[in-house]
Amino acid sequence: MSTDVVDKDKRRFLTAATSVVGAVGAGFVAVPFIASWMPSERAKNAGAPVEADISKLEEGRMMIVEWQSKPVWIVRRSQQMLDSLPKLNDNLRDPASENADQQPAYAQNENRSRKAEILVLVGICTHLGCSPTYRPEIGAADLGDDWLGGFFCPCHSSKFDMAGRVYTGVPAPTNLAVPPHYYLTENTILLGEDEGAA
Amino acid sequence: MGKLIGWIDDRFPLMKMWNEHLAEYYTPKNFNFWYFFGSLALLVLVIQIISGIFLTMHYKPDAEFAFASVEYIMRDVPYGWLIRYIHSTGATAFFIVVYLHMLRGLMYGSYKKPRELIWLFGMFIYLALMAEAFMGYLLPWGQMSYWGAQVIISLFGAIPVIGDDLTLWIRGDFVISDATLNRFFALHVVALPLVLIFLVVAHILALHEVGSNNPDGVEIKKNKDENGIPLDGIPFHPYYTVKDIVGVVVFLFFFATVMFFFPDGGGYFLEHANYIAADPLKTPEHIAPVWYFTPFYAILRAVPDKLMGVGAMGAAIVLLFFMPWIDRCKVKSIRYRSNIYKINLAVFVISFVVLGWLAMQPVTSTITLLSQIFSLLYFGFFVVLFITSKNEQTKPVPDRVTE
Amino acid sequence: MKKQILTLILSVLPTFAFAAGGGVHLDSAPINISDMESVKRGAKHFIDYCFSCHEAGYMRYNRIARDTGMTDAELREELIFTTNEKGDPTKVGSLMKVAMTEDYAKNVFGTAVPDLTLTARSRGADWVYTYLRSFYMDPYRPTGMNNLVFPDVSMPNVLSSLQGMQKAVYKTETRQDVEVEHVDHLELAQPGSMTVEEFDAFVTDLVNFMVYLAEPVQNERRSLGIKVLIFLVVFFVVAYMLKKEYWKDVH
Repeated sequence: MSTDVVDKDKRRFLTAATSVVGAVGAGFVAVPFIASWMPSERAKNAGAPVEADISKLEEGRMMIVEWQSKPVWIVRRSQQMLDSLPKLNDNLRDPASENADQQPAYAQNENRSRKAEILVLVGICTHLGCSPTYRPEIGAADLGDDWLGGFFCPCHSSKFDMAGRVYTGVPAPTNLAVPPHYYLTENTILLGEDEGAA
Repeated sequence: MGKLIGWIDDRFPLMKMWNEHLAEYYTPKNFNFWYFFGSLALLVLVIQIISGIFLTMHYKPDAEFAFASVEYIMRDVPYGWLIRYIHSTGATAFFIVVYLHMLRGLMYGSYKKPRELIWLFGMFIYLALMAEAFMGYLLPWGQMSYWGAQVIISLFGAIPVIGDDLTLWIRGDFVISDATLNRFFALHVVALPLVLIFLVVAHILALHEVGSNNPDGVEIKKNKDENGIPLDGIPFHPYYTVKDIVGVVVFLFFFATVMFFFPDGGGYFLEHANYIAADPLKTPEHIAPVWYFTPFYAILRAVPDKLMGVGAMGAAIVLLFFMPWIDRCKVKSIRYRSNIYKINLAVFVISFVVLGWLAMQPVTSTITLLSQIFSLLYFGFFVVLFITSKNEQTKPVPDRVTE
Repeated sequence: MKKQILTLILSVLPTFAFAAGGGVHLDSAPINISDMESVKRGAKHFIDYCFSCHEAGYMRYNRIARDTGMTDAELREELIFTTNEKGDPTKVGSLMKVAMTEDYAKNVFGTAVPDLTLTARSRGADWVYTYLRSFYMDPYRPTGMNNLVFPDVSMPNVLSSLQGMQKAVYKTETRQDVEVEHVDHLELAQPGSMTVEEFDAFVTDLVNFMVYLAEPVQNERRSLGIKVLIFLVVFFVVAYMLKKEYWKDVH
């Protein structure tokens, strides 16, 4: 072996330097692999905004439109339905929609909608993701005499009112989400975008 | 940290393995350029496995979707193009590295006693690698994928009696189809990588059992100091870990140059015809296998009879298995062997390369004649070696390694 | 020893070239993929002249917009003229597909119309460039035109209004005691709306686009490559110094 004195400091430095450069390199290499898990162009295109035509939606009826592989409900509510909303406030977890995550600003109102009579909701229960059923019938037999219409989730019996607000005493923690949307025309809603987006 | 290692070491042979295979694995100190390719082969294996796994996350092994899924990876998956090019460049790199690694073995007699088993494991790795590459190549489902597979699988039809049933069984259908694609996918992604990993581990364990050869062909274990450490040996770690890092960086430089600037390799790494989706009704003008198979393809085409051609092609590979017994010279390294041996080996290497080139040319009578001549030269290597190695005029082999 | 082997390997490396069908000479296409303005013009030419029959089914519209600096609005105006089954305009992120079915094409042209996304990679830019400029009048063909680069092609010369009509000038040769007539070169017989230079520039833009279409990421690929190589040089320096330092121990 060597007869010279081993320069330990130099070795430590060079080892550290090489390790650092190597680690940086490894980091750079990891980036594309991790990035490849992000949604692809195909997924992004499938997630693009969707138009919904409500011209044929009758009062009291609900239509379902697929957006980002999720069901979006659009309900043309009657005046009676709208009038019933304030009556339920005491039975609800978040009657004033204070949880800002569940709706855009323009839906943070009494009716949780841009246009009073048209309700737009993402039809996925905020408990564990099942899709609740539409139960507009007042006083339905299985839901109780004081049922004023709304949505009932069959999986764990969560209940929501005709503005998608969640009842107390059910497993679901928050109101049903309102997706970003705006009216392209009187009868056409663009789901997936707030007005003013590109 | 020391405590953690101690805890593990009480329950797992961590330090034993570290010492046996790295810190106290005494390696000859005279390794040269040719000794980089073993570690590089291991590196490329890892590169292929990682890039391959990520490709599998997006690729669809269905005849209807396969081709489009590759373009999906190239265009729609973030950095999918990069992962794809890593994998395609890696396939070519693997064979360049492996061929140079094997050439090192031939030059320095690394297959000779007591290293015959290392050589055999290595040859099995080579076979598995060829199968792995062949099956991988079908997956993009391009014209060359389809028709290349068609040609090679139909070779099995040449086997008498069982040939046709065998090809039907391999394909899972009467022609190359979705059935073939799906099973090749399973073999390429799961089965053969496992086989390769097992063989590589066996290859390295067999190597470490006897110790590495070196460019002088001197057995360093014959001269040990009072502590039992070979006088010409240095611990693999840190000396060769540090040296192999440099080798890796230089290799990656070439790898990146190809990958980022010539991923198609002029049509040799990603063939032009493979940018057309497989069409069972239209055969491309030239069907040539990918470059790393071409020498054997040339031998196949050189023989007019189909079965004999397959036999010759097989023999060309099988003969290599027997190198430890064909070469009867006791001297290991080319440095101390006769001029006959040097010329013989040079002719062998030249024939291999020329055969590769010949396979890529369209069939003419001249090309066929040249293929036959160089095939004879290729086989001639083994014959000449067997005959001349018994009583070869060698130079005296030193006791200790040289610079 | 290793130098000799390396020289050997390098000298035997075959030339990296596309083979022209039947040995036809291919003109060198003066493409420049970094010229995104040219690619943008070429995209428009592609939609105007090619896209009614030929798909670019692996490419999304909005990728072109992103890479050539168009807004979605510009994209819709310049390049998207299709609708889906419901009559809704094709989304900007859609794949560039056409309405023509394979059966219809086989009926009209006798063969399916190939998807052009990858043609610049399978045939080469020079091939496409020469092909588009090599149509000539041939009364024996159903379209009235033939092509030097792709003999008896089923495709009509969609660019004839721009290029004009070329005619073949024949040469007679004696091969093996038989007089054979073959095309020596093409000449412009009827001018189109463009001069030769203008038409070549038009085709250059189109081929530029097609080369881009075959691999949209190529510019990023090369620029990332430079960065990777520079990093590796830095890595080499420090790794080599480390190696040298440790190997001082070894004599």
